[in-house]
Amino acid sequence: MSGIEVNLKHCLGDFDLEVDFTAPAQGVTALFGPSGSGKTSVLRAVAGLERTTQGVVRVNGETWQDENRFLPVHRRPIGYVFQEASLFPHLSVRENLQYGMQRVPEAQRQIPFHDVVELFGISALLPRSTARLSGGERQRVAIARALLTSPRLLLMDEPLSALDHAAKQTILPYLERLHDEFAIPSLYVSHDPNEVARLADHMVVLDSGRVTAQGDAAPLLTRLDMPLSGYDDASALLVGKVTSHDHSYHLTWITLQGNRIAVPREDLPVGRHARVQIQARDVSLSLRAHSDTSILNILPVRVIDTRDISPTQVLVRLELEDGQTLLSRITRRSAMGMGIREGMQLYAQVKSVALLT
Amino acid sequence: MAFDWQPVWLTIKLASTTTLVLLIVGTPIAWWLARTHTWYKQALSAVVALPLVLPPTVLGFYLLIMLAPDGPVGRLTETLGIGSLAFTFEGLVFASVLYSLPFVVQPLQNAFEALGPRPAEVAATLRASPWDRFATVVIPLARSGFLTAAVLSFAHTVGEFGVVLMIGGSIPGETRVLSVAIYEQVETLEYGQAHLLAAGMLAFSFLVLMTLYLVNGRITRSHQP
Repeated sequence: MSGIEVNLKHCLGDFDLEVDFTAPAQGVTALFGPSGSGKTSVLRAVAGLERTTQGVVRVNGETWQDENRFLPVHRRPIGYVFQEASLFPHLSVRENLQYGMQRVPEAQRQIPFHDVVELFGISALLPRSTARLSGGERQRVAIARALLTSPRLLLMDEPLSALDHAAKQTILPYLERLHDEFAIPSLYVSHDPNEVARLADHMVVLDSGRVTAQGDAAPLLTRLDMPLSGYDDASALLVGKVTSHDHSYHLTWITLQGNRIAVPREDLPVGRHARVQIQARDVSLSLRAHSDTSILNILPVRVIDTRDISPTQVLVRLELEDGQTLLSRITRRSAMGMGIREGMQLYAQVKSVALLT
Repeated sequence: MAFDWQPVWLTIKLASTTTLVLLIVGTPIAWWLARTHTWYKQALSAVVALPLVLPPTVLGFYLLIMLAPDGPVGRLTETLGIGSLAFTFEGLVFASVLYSLPFVVQPLQNAFEALGPRPAEVAATLRASPWDRFATVVIPLARSGFLTAAVLSFAHTVGEFGVVLMIGGSIPGETRVLSVAIYEQVETLEYGQAHLLAAGMLAFSFLVLMTLYLVNGRITRSHQP
Protein backbone atom coordinates (compact mmCIF):
# COMPACT_ATOMS: atom_id res chain seq x y z
CA MET A 1 0.00 0.00 0.00
CA SER A 2 1.38 3.40 -0.86
CA GLY A 3 1.39 6.36 1.47
CA ILE A 4 2.75 7.03 4.91
CA GLU A 5 0.79 5.18 7.56
CA VAL A 6 1.32 6.33 11.11
CA ASN A 7 -0.42 4.82 14.08
CA LEU A 8 0.99 5.73 17.48
CA LYS A 9 -0.03 5.38 21.09
CA HIS A 10 2.09 6.80 23.83
CA CYS A 11 1.65 7.77 27.44
CA LEU A 12 4.07 10.13 29.07
CA GLY A 13 2.96 11.44 32.42
CA ASP A 14 -0.29 13.32 31.91
CA PHE A 15 0.28 13.75 28.18
CA ASP A 16 -1.03 10.97 26.05
CA LEU A 17 -0.72 10.67 22.35
CA GLU A 18 -3.01 8.63 20.19
CA VAL A 19 -2.74 9.39 16.51
CA ASP A 20 -3.66 7.49 13.41
CA PHE A 21 -3.32 8.96 9.96
CA THR A 22 -2.25 8.14 6.45
CA ALA A 23 -0.42 10.76 4.44
CA PRO A 24 -0.20 10.49 0.66
CA ALA A 25 3.00 9.20 -0.93
CA GLN A 26 3.63 12.52 -2.59
CA GLY A 27 3.59 16.19 -1.74
CA VAL A 28 3.85 18.02 1.54
CA THR A 29 1.68 16.93 4.43
CA ALA A 30 1.53 19.51 7.18
CA LEU A 31 1.21 18.36 10.78
CA PHE A 32 -0.56 21.37 12.13
CA GLY A 33 -1.55 22.23 15.67
CA PRO A 34 -0.85 24.49 18.64
CA SER A 35 2.32 23.95 20.68
CA GLY A 36 1.95 20.98 22.96
CA SER A 37 -0.40 19.20 20.56
CA GLY A 38 2.14 16.45 19.95
CA LYS A 39 3.29 17.35 16.42
CA THR A 40 6.98 17.10 17.19
CA SER A 41 6.50 13.86 19.14
CA VAL A 42 4.79 12.35 16.10
CA LEU A 43 7.61 13.44 13.82
CA ARG A 44 10.27 12.10 16.20
CA ALA A 45 8.45 8.81 16.46
CA VAL A 46 8.27 8.49 12.66
CA ALA A 47 12.02 9.13 12.55
CA GLY A 48 12.63 6.52 15.24
CA LEU A 49 14.14 9.10 17.60
CA GLU A 50 11.43 8.38 20.17
CA ARG A 51 10.08 4.99 21.10
CA THR A 52 6.35 4.96 21.70
CA THR A 53 4.44 2.45 23.81
CA GLN A 54 2.74 1.24 20.67
CA GLY A 55 3.54 2.28 17.18
CA VAL A 56 3.18 1.31 13.56
CA VAL A 57 4.99 3.27 10.87
CA ARG A 58 4.78 2.11 7.27
CA VAL A 59 6.14 4.02 4.33
CA ASN A 60 5.02 2.93 0.88
CA GLY A 61 4.35 -0.57 2.10
CA GLU A 62 7.67 -0.89 3.91
CA THR A 63 7.33 -1.43 7.64
CA TRP A 64 9.68 0.71 9.73
CA GLN A 65 8.13 -0.36 12.98
CA ASP A 66 5.30 -2.44 14.35
CA GLU A 67 4.81 -4.80 17.32
CA ASN A 68 7.85 -6.94 16.52
CA ARG A 69 10.09 -4.70 14.51
CA PHE A 70 11.86 -1.41 15.15
CA LEU A 71 14.18 -0.05 12.54
CA PRO A 72 16.78 2.16 14.27
CA VAL A 73 17.01 5.79 13.18
CA HIS A 74 20.14 5.37 11.09
CA ARG A 75 18.55 2.60 9.04
CA ARG A 76 15.48 4.65 8.10
CA PRO A 77 15.76 6.38 4.72
CA ILE A 78 14.70 9.75 6.10
CA GLY A 79 15.92 13.30 5.91
CA TYR A 80 15.27 15.24 9.11
CA VAL A 81 15.42 18.99 9.45
CA PHE A 82 15.42 20.19 13.05
CA GLN A 83 13.88 23.37 14.35
CA GLU A 84 17.20 25.05 14.95
CA ALA A 85 19.87 24.44 12.34
CA SER A 86 21.86 21.62 13.78
CA LEU A 87 25.03 21.83 11.74
CA PHE A 88 28.11 20.15 13.17
CA PRO A 89 30.35 22.98 14.42
CA HIS A 90 33.53 20.93 13.99
CA LEU A 91 32.94 20.44 10.28
CA SER A 92 32.98 22.90 7.39
CA VAL A 93 29.85 23.53 5.35
CA ARG A 94 31.08 21.08 2.68
CA GLU A 95 31.86 18.39 5.27
CA ASN A 96 28.46 18.90 6.85
CA LEU A 97 26.79 18.39 3.47
CA GLN A 98 28.85 15.28 2.80
CA TYR A 99 28.34 13.73 6.23
CA GLY A 100 25.06 12.01 5.44
CA MET A 101 25.73 11.54 1.73
CA GLN A 102 28.90 9.54 2.37
CA ARG A 103 26.98 7.12 4.56
CA VAL A 104 24.54 6.23 1.79
CA PRO A 105 25.73 3.55 -0.66
CA GLU A 106 26.65 5.12 -3.97
CA ALA A 107 24.03 3.14 -5.88
CA GLN A 108 21.29 4.67 -3.71
CA ARG A 109 22.37 8.29 -4.14
CA GLN A 110 19.83 9.84 -6.45
CA ILE A 111 20.34 13.50 -5.80
CA PRO A 112 23.59 14.92 -7.20
CA PHE A 113 25.64 17.12 -4.86
CA HIS A 114 25.96 19.95 -7.35
CA ASP A 115 22.23 20.11 -8.08
CA VAL A 116 21.41 20.59 -4.43
CA VAL A 117 24.19 23.09 -3.83
CA GLU A 118 23.02 25.01 -6.88
CA LEU A 119 19.34 24.88 -5.93
CA PHE A 120 19.98 26.20 -2.43
CA GLY A 121 22.48 28.81 -3.55
CA ILE A 122 25.16 27.68 -1.13
CA SER A 123 28.13 27.01 -3.40
CA ALA A 124 29.93 30.12 -2.14
CA LEU A 125 29.59 28.87 1.44
CA LEU A 126 31.15 25.43 0.94
CA PRO A 127 34.65 26.11 2.31
CA ARG A 128 33.36 28.18 5.22
CA SER A 129 33.09 27.27 8.86
CA THR A 130 29.50 26.93 10.06
CA ALA A 131 30.13 29.51 12.80
CA ARG A 132 30.08 32.35 10.31
CA LEU A 133 26.76 31.60 8.59
CA SER A 134 23.58 33.58 9.11
CA GLY A 135 20.50 31.85 10.50
CA GLY A 136 18.94 31.53 7.06
CA GLU A 137 22.13 30.17 5.51
CA ARG A 138 22.46 27.59 8.27
CA GLN A 139 18.95 26.32 7.72
CA ARG A 140 19.50 26.14 3.95
CA VAL A 141 22.62 24.04 4.53
CA ALA A 142 20.72 21.83 6.99
CA ILE A 143 17.92 21.19 4.48
CA ALA A 144 20.43 20.51 1.70
CA ARG A 145 22.33 18.12 3.98
CA ALA A 146 19.16 16.15 4.67
CA LEU A 147 18.30 16.03 0.95
CA LEU A 148 21.72 14.71 -0.01
CA THR A 149 20.99 11.39 1.71
CA SER A 150 18.36 10.85 -1.04
CA PRO A 151 15.67 10.27 1.57
CA ARG A 152 12.40 8.53 0.79
CA LEU A 153 10.63 10.67 3.38
CA LEU A 154 11.56 14.18 4.41
CA LEU A 155 10.68 15.18 7.98
CA MET A 156 10.76 18.86 8.83
CA ASP A 157 10.20 20.12 12.36
CA GLU A 158 9.26 23.80 12.11
CA PRO A 159 12.38 24.54 10.09
CA LEU A 160 11.55 28.25 9.88
CA SER A 161 10.43 28.97 13.41
CA ALA A 162 13.86 30.01 14.71
CA LEU A 163 14.29 32.55 11.92
CA ASP A 164 13.23 36.17 11.74
CA HIS A 165 10.62 37.29 9.25
CA ALA A 166 13.12 38.33 6.58
CA ALA A 167 15.06 35.08 6.76
CA LYS A 168 11.80 33.13 6.60
CA GLN A 169 10.83 34.88 3.41
CA THR A 170 14.17 33.96 1.84
CA ILE A 171 13.81 30.25 2.71
CA LEU A 172 10.18 29.72 1.72
CA PRO A 173 10.92 29.88 -2.02
CA TYR A 174 13.58 27.17 -1.56
CA LEU A 175 11.07 24.95 0.19
CA GLU A 176 8.56 25.54 -2.59
CA ARG A 177 11.19 24.69 -5.19
CA LEU A 178 12.06 21.56 -3.26
CA HIS A 179 8.50 20.53 -3.62
CA ASP A 180 8.65 21.02 -7.40
CA GLU A 181 12.10 19.61 -8.18
CA PHE A 182 12.22 16.47 -6.08
CA ALA A 183 9.36 14.06 -5.73
CA ILE A 184 10.04 13.33 -2.06
CA PRO A 185 6.99 13.13 0.19
CA SER A 186 7.38 15.18 3.34
CA LEU A 187 5.86 15.64 6.75
CA TYR A 188 6.10 19.27 7.74
CA VAL A 189 5.42 20.28 11.34
CA SER A 190 4.16 23.82 11.75
CA HIS A 191 1.98 26.01 13.90
CA ASP A 192 2.05 28.86 11.40
CA PRO A 193 -1.07 28.91 9.22
CA ASN A 194 0.70 31.07 6.67
CA GLU A 195 3.46 28.54 6.17
CA VAL A 196 0.92 25.75 5.92
CA ALA A 197 -1.04 27.67 3.31
CA ARG A 198 2.08 28.25 1.27
CA LEU A 199 3.57 24.78 1.42
CA ALA A 200 1.05 22.10 2.26
CA ASP A 201 -0.88 19.90 -0.13
CA HIS A 202 -2.37 17.80 2.63
CA MET A 203 -2.92 18.35 6.29
CA VAL A 204 -3.21 16.50 9.54
CA VAL A 205 -4.60 18.72 12.29
CA LEU A 206 -3.54 17.75 15.81
CA ASP A 207 -4.86 18.89 19.14
CA SER A 208 -3.86 17.54 22.58
CA GLY A 209 -2.34 14.41 21.10
CA ARG A 210 -5.31 13.55 18.87
CA VAL A 211 -5.97 13.95 15.15
CA THR A 212 -8.92 16.30 14.76
CA ALA A 213 -9.00 16.43 10.96
CA GLN A 214 -7.04 15.27 7.95
CA GLY A 215 -7.26 15.68 4.21
CA ASP A 216 -6.47 18.10 1.40
CA ALA A 217 -5.07 21.35 2.70
CA ALA A 218 -7.24 23.81 0.76
CA PRO A 219 -10.66 22.88 2.17
CA LEU A 220 -9.26 22.41 5.68
CA LEU A 221 -7.77 25.90 5.67
CA THR A 222 -11.18 27.47 5.29
CA ARG A 223 -13.23 25.20 7.53
CA LEU A 224 -14.84 27.41 10.12
CA ASP A 225 -14.80 24.69 12.78
CA MET A 226 -11.04 24.31 12.38
CA PRO A 227 -8.49 26.43 14.22
CA LEU A 228 -6.92 27.58 10.95
CA SER A 229 -9.77 29.88 10.01
CA GLY A 230 -9.61 31.58 13.40
CA TYR A 231 -6.25 33.25 12.92
CA ASP A 232 -5.90 36.89 12.15
CA ASP A 233 -4.28 36.05 8.83
CA ALA A 234 -6.68 33.25 7.95
CA SER A 235 -6.49 32.57 4.27
CA ALA A 236 -7.69 30.30 1.49
CA LEU A 237 -5.73 28.39 -1.06
CA LEU A 238 -6.89 28.14 -4.65
CA VAL A 239 -5.38 25.97 -7.33
CA GLY A 240 -5.53 26.88 -11.00
CA LYS A 241 -3.52 27.03 -14.20
CA VAL A 242 -1.53 29.82 -15.78
CA THR A 243 -3.42 30.72 -18.95
CA SER A 244 -1.90 33.93 -20.29
CA HIS A 245 0.32 36.88 -19.62
CA ASP A 246 -0.74 40.45 -20.12
CA HIS A 247 2.37 42.27 -21.27
CA SER A 248 1.01 45.76 -21.42
CA TYR A 249 -0.35 45.78 -17.84
CA HIS A 250 2.24 43.36 -16.48
CA LEU A 251 -0.20 40.76 -15.21
CA THR A 252 -0.45 36.98 -15.24
CA TRP A 253 -3.87 35.39 -15.61
CA ILE A 254 -4.69 32.25 -13.69
CA THR A 255 -7.81 30.30 -14.59
CA LEU A 256 -9.89 28.35 -12.09
CA GLN A 257 -12.51 26.53 -14.17
CA GLY A 258 -14.28 29.40 -15.87
CA ASN A 259 -13.15 32.17 -13.57
CA ARG A 260 -9.88 33.94 -13.82
CA ILE A 261 -7.67 35.81 -11.45
CA ALA A 262 -4.99 38.36 -12.25
CA VAL A 263 -1.76 38.45 -10.30
CA PRO A 264 1.32 40.61 -10.76
CA ARG A 265 3.27 39.15 -13.66
CA GLU A 266 5.44 36.13 -12.96
CA ASP A 267 7.61 34.27 -15.41
CA LEU A 268 5.69 31.03 -15.37
CA PRO A 269 5.02 28.91 -18.46
CA VAL A 270 1.43 28.91 -19.72
CA GLY A 271 -0.38 25.74 -18.69
CA ARG A 272 1.54 25.40 -15.44
CA HIS A 273 -0.08 24.60 -12.13
CA ALA A 274 -0.38 27.64 -9.88
CA ARG A 275 -1.38 28.04 -6.25
CA VAL A 276 -2.68 31.33 -5.00
CA GLN A 277 -3.27 32.39 -1.44
CA ILE A 278 -6.05 34.83 -0.60
CA GLN A 279 -6.33 36.32 2.88
CA ALA A 280 -9.81 36.49 4.40
CA ARG A 281 -9.28 40.16 5.20
CA ASP A 282 -8.66 40.95 1.52
CA VAL A 283 -12.03 39.63 0.35
CA SER A 284 -15.11 41.87 0.41
CA LEU A 285 -18.59 40.83 -0.64
CA SER A 286 -21.12 42.42 -2.92
CA LEU A 287 -24.66 41.51 -4.00
CA ARG A 288 -24.01 42.40 -7.65
CA ALA A 289 -21.02 42.18 -9.96
CA HIS A 290 -19.66 45.69 -10.16
CA SER A 291 -17.80 46.83 -13.22
CA ASP A 292 -17.30 50.33 -11.83
CA THR A 293 -14.68 49.31 -9.32
CA SER A 294 -10.91 49.29 -9.20
CA ILE A 295 -10.99 45.70 -8.06
CA LEU A 296 -9.86 43.39 -10.83
CA ASN A 297 -10.65 40.00 -9.37
CA ILE A 298 -14.37 39.47 -8.87
CA LEU A 299 -15.58 35.91 -8.46
CA PRO A 300 -19.14 34.58 -8.28
CA VAL A 301 -19.55 32.62 -5.05
CA ARG A 302 -22.14 30.90 -2.89
CA VAL A 303 -22.25 31.24 0.90
CA ILE A 304 -21.65 27.93 2.68
CA ASP A 305 -21.40 28.99 6.27
CA THR A 306 -20.78 31.96 8.55
CA ARG A 307 -19.28 32.36 11.98
CA ASP A 308 -18.99 35.33 14.32
CA ILE A 309 -15.35 35.69 15.25
CA SER A 310 -15.68 38.82 17.38
CA PRO A 311 -18.44 41.22 18.37
CA THR A 312 -17.60 43.22 15.25
CA GLN A 313 -16.54 40.66 12.68
CA VAL A 314 -17.96 37.73 10.80
CA LEU A 315 -16.08 35.12 8.83
CA VAL A 316 -17.93 33.89 5.74
CA ARG A 317 -17.01 30.68 4.00
CA LEU A 318 -17.68 30.78 0.28
CA GLU A 319 -17.71 28.23 -2.48
CA LEU A 320 -16.53 29.01 -5.98
CA GLU A 321 -18.21 27.49 -9.05
CA ASP A 322 -15.58 24.75 -9.19
CA GLY A 323 -16.04 23.76 -5.54
CA GLN A 324 -12.92 25.45 -4.17
CA THR A 325 -13.44 27.51 -1.03
CA LEU A 326 -12.65 31.06 -0.08
CA LEU A 327 -12.89 33.01 3.18
CA SER A 328 -14.10 36.55 3.63
CA ARG A 329 -13.93 38.59 6.80
CA ILE A 330 -16.46 41.40 6.95
CA THR A 331 -18.12 43.40 9.70
CA ARG A 332 -21.18 41.99 11.39
CA ARG A 333 -22.99 45.17 10.47
CA SER A 334 -22.41 44.59 6.74
CA ALA A 335 -23.40 40.95 7.03
CA MET A 336 -26.69 41.95 8.66
CA GLY A 337 -27.25 44.76 6.18
CA MET A 338 -26.72 42.48 3.19
CA GLY A 339 -28.78 39.73 4.78
CA ILE A 340 -26.05 37.13 4.29
CA ARG A 341 -27.25 33.57 4.82
CA GLU A 342 -26.41 30.08 3.68
CA GLY A 343 -26.84 29.32 0.00
CA MET A 344 -26.88 32.99 -1.02
CA GLN A 345 -25.23 33.94 -4.34
CA LEU A 346 -22.72 36.77 -3.99
CA TYR A 347 -19.70 38.29 -5.66
CA ALA A 348 -16.37 38.15 -3.89
CA GLN A 349 -14.12 41.11 -4.60
CA VAL A 350 -10.55 40.10 -4.04
CA LYS A 351 -8.23 42.95 -3.30
CA SER A 352 -4.96 41.12 -3.17
CA VAL A 353 -3.73 37.73 -4.30
CA ALA A 354 -0.42 36.10 -3.55
CA LEU A 355 0.89 33.69 -6.16
CA LEU A 356 2.70 30.84 -4.40
CA THR A 357 4.28 28.66 -7.06
CA MET B 1 76.42 10.60 42.41
CA ALA B 2 74.46 9.47 39.34
CA PHE B 3 70.87 10.61 39.03
CA ASP B 4 68.44 7.72 39.43
CA TRP B 5 66.01 7.89 36.49
CA GLN B 6 64.17 4.73 37.37
CA PRO B 7 61.41 6.31 39.54
CA VAL B 8 60.81 8.92 36.81
CA TRP B 9 60.26 6.34 34.07
CA LEU B 10 58.18 4.18 36.35
CA THR B 11 55.98 7.13 37.24
CA ILE B 12 55.47 8.07 33.58
CA LYS B 13 54.66 4.43 32.74
CA LEU B 14 52.16 4.20 35.60
CA ALA B 15 50.48 7.52 34.75
CA SER B 16 50.18 6.70 31.02
CA THR B 17 48.80 3.21 31.63
CA THR B 18 46.33 4.52 34.19
CA THR B 19 45.16 7.31 31.87
CA LEU B 20 44.63 4.90 29.00
CA VAL B 21 42.68 2.44 31.15
CA LEU B 22 40.66 5.27 32.67
CA LEU B 23 39.65 6.75 29.33
CA ILE B 24 38.37 3.34 28.27
CA VAL B 25 36.58 2.64 31.56
CA GLY B 26 35.52 6.19 32.39
CA THR B 27 33.94 7.11 29.04
CA PRO B 28 31.01 4.67 29.24
CA ILE B 29 30.44 5.53 32.91
CA ALA B 30 30.41 9.25 32.13
CA TRP B 31 28.16 8.70 29.10
CA TRP B 32 25.72 6.70 31.16
CA LEU B 33 25.72 9.29 33.98
CA ALA B 34 25.13 12.10 31.48
CA ARG B 35 22.21 10.32 29.79
CA THR B 36 20.32 8.64 32.64
CA HIS B 37 17.87 10.12 35.10
CA THR B 38 17.23 7.32 37.59
CA TRP B 39 17.63 7.61 41.35
CA TYR B 40 20.68 5.35 41.42
CA LYS B 41 22.47 7.76 39.11
CA GLN B 42 23.11 9.90 42.21
CA ALA B 43 24.38 6.87 44.13
CA LEU B 44 26.82 5.99 41.36
CA SER B 45 27.94 9.64 41.10
CA ALA B 46 28.69 9.58 44.81
CA VAL B 47 30.71 6.36 44.52
CA VAL B 48 32.72 7.77 41.62
CA ALA B 49 33.44 10.93 43.64
CA LEU B 50 34.51 9.08 46.82
CA PRO B 51 38.27 9.21 46.10
CA LEU B 52 38.00 13.02 46.14
CA VAL B 53 37.13 13.07 49.84
CA LEU B 54 38.57 9.85 51.28
CA PRO B 55 42.08 9.96 52.75
CA PRO B 56 44.28 7.95 50.38
CA THR B 57 45.19 5.70 53.29
CA VAL B 58 41.56 4.57 53.62
CA LEU B 59 41.39 3.70 49.94
CA GLY B 60 44.82 2.05 50.13
CA PHE B 61 43.83 0.03 53.20
CA TYR B 62 40.72 -1.42 51.59
CA LEU B 63 42.58 -2.05 48.35
CA LEU B 64 45.27 -3.90 50.26
CA ILE B 65 42.64 -6.14 51.85
CA MET B 66 40.91 -6.68 48.51
CA LEU B 67 44.09 -7.45 46.59
CA ALA B 68 45.63 -9.71 49.25
CA PRO B 69 45.73 -13.42 48.29
CA ASP B 70 42.68 -14.14 50.49
CA GLY B 71 40.81 -10.93 49.55
CA PRO B 72 37.93 -10.92 47.02
CA VAL B 73 39.99 -9.57 44.12
CA GLY B 74 43.06 -11.48 45.27
CA ARG B 75 41.22 -14.80 45.19
CA LEU B 76 40.03 -14.06 41.67
CA THR B 77 43.51 -13.17 40.44
CA GLU B 78 44.93 -16.25 42.19
CA THR B 79 42.46 -18.56 40.44
CA LEU B 80 43.25 -16.84 37.14
CA GLY B 81 46.89 -17.69 37.81
CA ILE B 82 48.09 -14.08 37.99
CA GLY B 83 48.83 -14.17 41.69
CA SER B 84 48.14 -11.38 44.15
CA LEU B 85 48.32 -7.87 42.75
CA ALA B 86 49.45 -6.30 46.02
CA PHE B 87 52.98 -4.84 45.77
CA THR B 88 53.06 -5.16 41.97
CA PHE B 89 52.94 -2.64 39.15
CA GLU B 90 49.59 -4.04 37.98
CA GLY B 91 48.21 -3.56 41.48
CA LEU B 92 49.34 0.05 41.37
CA VAL B 93 47.53 0.55 38.05
CA PHE B 94 44.38 -0.95 39.54
CA ALA B 95 44.62 1.34 42.56
CA SER B 96 45.40 4.42 40.46
CA VAL B 97 42.43 3.77 38.21
CA LEU B 98 40.09 3.83 41.20
CA TYR B 99 41.87 6.75 42.78
CA SER B 100 41.78 8.96 39.68
CA LEU B 101 38.33 7.86 38.44
CA PRO B 102 36.52 11.12 39.36
CA PHE B 103 39.14 13.14 37.50
CA VAL B 104 38.14 11.41 34.27
CA VAL B 105 34.44 10.82 34.80
CA GLN B 106 33.51 14.32 35.93
CA PRO B 107 35.01 16.34 33.05
CA LEU B 108 33.66 13.82 30.55
CA GLN B 109 30.21 13.83 32.13
CA ASN B 110 30.17 17.64 32.06
CA ALA B 111 31.24 17.64 28.41
CA PHE B 112 28.55 15.10 27.42
CA GLU B 113 25.87 16.98 29.35
CA ALA B 114 26.87 20.28 27.73
CA LEU B 115 26.71 18.63 24.32
CA GLY B 116 23.16 17.36 24.88
CA PRO B 117 21.54 14.60 22.83
CA ARG B 118 20.96 16.72 19.71
CA PRO B 119 24.27 16.29 17.79
CA ALA B 120 24.09 12.50 18.10
CA GLU B 121 20.44 12.56 17.00
CA VAL B 122 21.32 14.65 13.98
CA ALA B 123 24.08 12.20 13.07
CA ALA B 124 21.64 9.30 13.46
CA THR B 125 19.21 10.90 11.00
CA LEU B 126 22.19 11.20 8.65
CA ARG B 127 22.66 7.41 8.72
CA ALA B 128 25.47 7.21 11.28
CA SER B 129 25.39 4.06 13.46
CA PRO B 130 25.84 4.47 17.25
CA TRP B 131 29.63 3.85 17.16
CA ASP B 132 30.02 5.98 14.08
CA ARG B 133 28.25 8.95 15.65
CA PHE B 134 30.21 8.58 18.86
CA ALA B 135 33.51 8.61 16.96
CA THR B 136 32.68 11.29 14.39
CA VAL B 137 30.46 13.65 16.36
CA VAL B 138 30.56 13.11 20.13
CA ILE B 139 34.33 12.70 20.57
CA PRO B 140 35.31 15.68 18.37
CA LEU B 141 32.68 17.92 19.97
CA ALA B 142 33.60 16.82 23.51
CA ARG B 143 37.34 16.97 22.82
CA SER B 144 38.05 19.57 25.46
CA GLY B 145 36.43 17.26 28.01
CA PHE B 146 38.59 14.35 26.86
CA LEU B 147 41.71 16.50 26.99
CA THR B 148 40.92 17.73 30.49
CA ALA B 149 40.18 14.19 31.65
CA ALA B 150 43.43 12.79 30.22
CA VAL B 151 45.63 15.54 31.61
CA LEU B 152 44.03 15.50 35.05
CA SER B 153 44.21 11.73 35.29
CA PHE B 154 47.88 11.74 34.24
CA ALA B 155 48.82 14.55 36.63
CA HIS B 156 46.82 13.16 39.52
CA THR B 157 48.43 9.73 39.14
CA VAL B 158 51.89 11.31 39.06
CA GLY B 159 51.04 13.07 42.30
CA GLU B 160 49.65 10.12 44.23
CA PHE B 161 51.50 8.99 47.31
CA GLY B 162 49.36 7.55 50.09
CA VAL B 163 47.67 4.84 48.05
CA VAL B 164 50.97 3.78 46.47
CA LEU B 165 52.67 3.53 49.81
CA MET B 166 49.83 1.43 51.24
CA ILE B 167 49.55 -1.12 48.47
CA GLY B 168 52.76 -0.81 46.49
CA GLY B 169 55.48 -0.25 49.02
CA SER B 170 58.76 0.79 47.48
CA ILE B 171 60.11 -1.92 45.20
CA PRO B 172 62.59 -0.32 42.76
CA GLY B 173 61.49 -0.68 39.15
CA GLU B 174 58.13 -2.12 40.21
CA THR B 175 56.39 0.23 42.64
CA ARG B 176 58.96 2.86 43.66
CA VAL B 177 57.45 5.89 41.95
CA LEU B 178 58.63 9.50 42.20
CA SER B 179 56.63 10.57 45.23
CA VAL B 180 57.78 7.52 47.18
CA ALA B 181 61.38 8.08 46.09
CA ILE B 182 61.29 11.68 47.32
CA TYR B 183 59.82 10.59 50.63
CA GLU B 184 62.59 8.04 51.13
CA GLN B 185 65.32 10.49 50.15
CA VAL B 186 64.06 12.95 52.72
CA GLU B 187 63.88 10.19 55.33
CA THR B 188 67.52 9.30 54.66
CA LEU B 189 68.50 12.99 54.57
CA GLU B 190 69.57 12.89 50.89
CA TYR B 191 68.30 16.45 50.33
CA GLY B 192 70.23 16.95 47.12
CA GLN B 193 68.43 14.15 45.28
CA ALA B 194 65.13 15.11 46.88
CA HIS B 195 65.54 18.71 45.66
CA LEU B 196 66.12 17.57 42.10
CA LEU B 197 63.05 15.34 42.02
CA ALA B 198 60.80 17.75 43.90
CA ALA B 199 61.74 20.72 41.71
CA GLY B 200 61.23 18.55 38.63
CA MET B 201 57.74 17.60 39.83
CA LEU B 202 56.87 21.20 40.55
CA ALA B 203 57.94 22.36 37.08
CA PHE B 204 56.17 19.41 35.43
CA SER B 205 52.89 20.02 37.26
CA PHE B 206 52.93 23.72 36.44
CA LEU B 207 53.60 23.06 32.76
CA VAL B 208 50.86 20.45 32.53
CA LEU B 209 48.23 22.68 34.09
CA MET B 210 49.23 25.71 32.06
CA THR B 211 49.08 23.75 28.80
CA LEU B 212 45.66 22.49 29.79
CA TYR B 213 44.31 25.98 30.45
CA LEU B 214 45.83 27.34 27.25
CA VAL B 215 44.47 24.57 25.03
CA ASN B 216 41.04 24.60 26.64
CA GLY B 217 40.86 28.36 26.28
CA ARG B 218 41.58 28.03 22.58
CA ILE B 219 38.99 25.28 22.04
CA THR B 220 36.35 27.27 23.87
CA ARG B 221 37.09 30.36 21.80
CA SER B 222 37.03 28.48 18.49
CA HIS B 223 33.54 27.20 19.33
CA GLN B 224 32.10 30.63 19.82
CA PRO B 225 30.12 31.77 16.78
